[in-house]
Amino acid sequence: MPPLKAATDPGWVSTLMIELIANNVLLLFLAIVAVAVVRVRQLLVSVMLFGIYSLLSAAIFVVMLAADVAFTEAAVGAGIATVLMLAALARLPGEKEEARARGQFWPLVLVVATGALLIYGTIDMPGFGKADNVAHRGVAMQYVERAPKETGIPNMVTSILASYRGLDTLGEVLVIFTAGLGVLLVLGGVHTKIASPLRPDAVGIRDGERRG
Amino acid sequence: MTDYLILRVTAKFLIPIILLMGLYVQFHGELGPGGGFQAGVIFSAGLILYALVFGLDRLSDAVPIVALKVLSSVGVLLFAGTGMISVIVGGEFLDYNLLAEDPVAGQHLGIFLVELGVGITVASTMLLIFTLFAAQNDHV
Repeated sequence: MPPLKAATDPGWVSTLMIELIANNVLLLFLAIVAVAVVRVRQLLVSVMLFGIYSLLSAAIFVVMLAADVAFTEAAVGAGIATVLMLAALARLPGEKEEARARGQFWPLVLVVATGALLIYGTIDMPGFGKADNVAHRGVAMQYVERAPKETGIPNMVTSILASYRGLDTLGEVLVIFTAGLGVLLVLGGVHTKIASPLRPDAVGIRDGERRG
Repeated sequence: MTDYLILRVTAKFLIPIILLMGLYVQFHGELGPGGGFQAGVIFSAGLILYALVFGLDRLSDAVPIVALKVLSSVGVLLFAGTGMISVIVGGEFLDYNLLAEDPVAGQHLGIFLVELGVGITVASTMLLIFTLFAAQNDHV
């Protein structure tokens, strides 16, 4: 956390400035992509924009020094999720939905009110990276002090996820397993035969055009 | 598949690197960022790229759907089994300290096995979901 080493590192002002600029630019891009996702009418384009959104989030996590989270976001959000969405998209008929222009006033009021409440809520959030934050006063310090000694593993995130919170991680794996099971059952894949090769144009590279 | 020449050549070049990267993230997760989950996703992404470029039947030849079904449960069983070993030895569920003479060595072994289980389940489940979606594609 940069604010913690501020006292010892003479170059901390410029580091903070660069971080501030990087964060703001990335958040600006994030907002632009979010608006574009809402406005765009082609499903393929919005899937691609979601991938870009995930990649930008991953970049923000890197700036916040959360390398493991960034890794996951980039691999899952920008990688697998996009591919699965494309595979699902290829199953849809290629008709375009008509944009509806009416009745946009009350949704707008609702969105603005919710957004205002959320921003109001962030005022009470503790300062970013402060040592005396609530999250750092509980077991976090225990992990920092004990994890290297007790597990001998340099990556603290791994030791927490796999060892201290092993039961949670087992639950996560079960969630993924259950998701796979659900897809297997819903798509009737119990007796699935692979009928014909999937070609690049089948997953919507030709922009939502239906094959066959 | 005579068309998509550039795609094919690029994919052939990239797929081994992606798979190697997946293995690296899997077995290096204790030292650097990453772990079983990320490794599984990267590994399956490499194989999905193979299916996208060379066809789903080629992937099914390499990794049959039955193998995916079995592997996705093998990962969960490896995770839970590692936890059960410590119960059998006389400790609590997922207490890796009992897996070896030395508690730190036990933690190493336990975390390695558990991460391997996560990686196997994630990789095979992601591939399974993709295969099911893509295989249905032509029946619609």
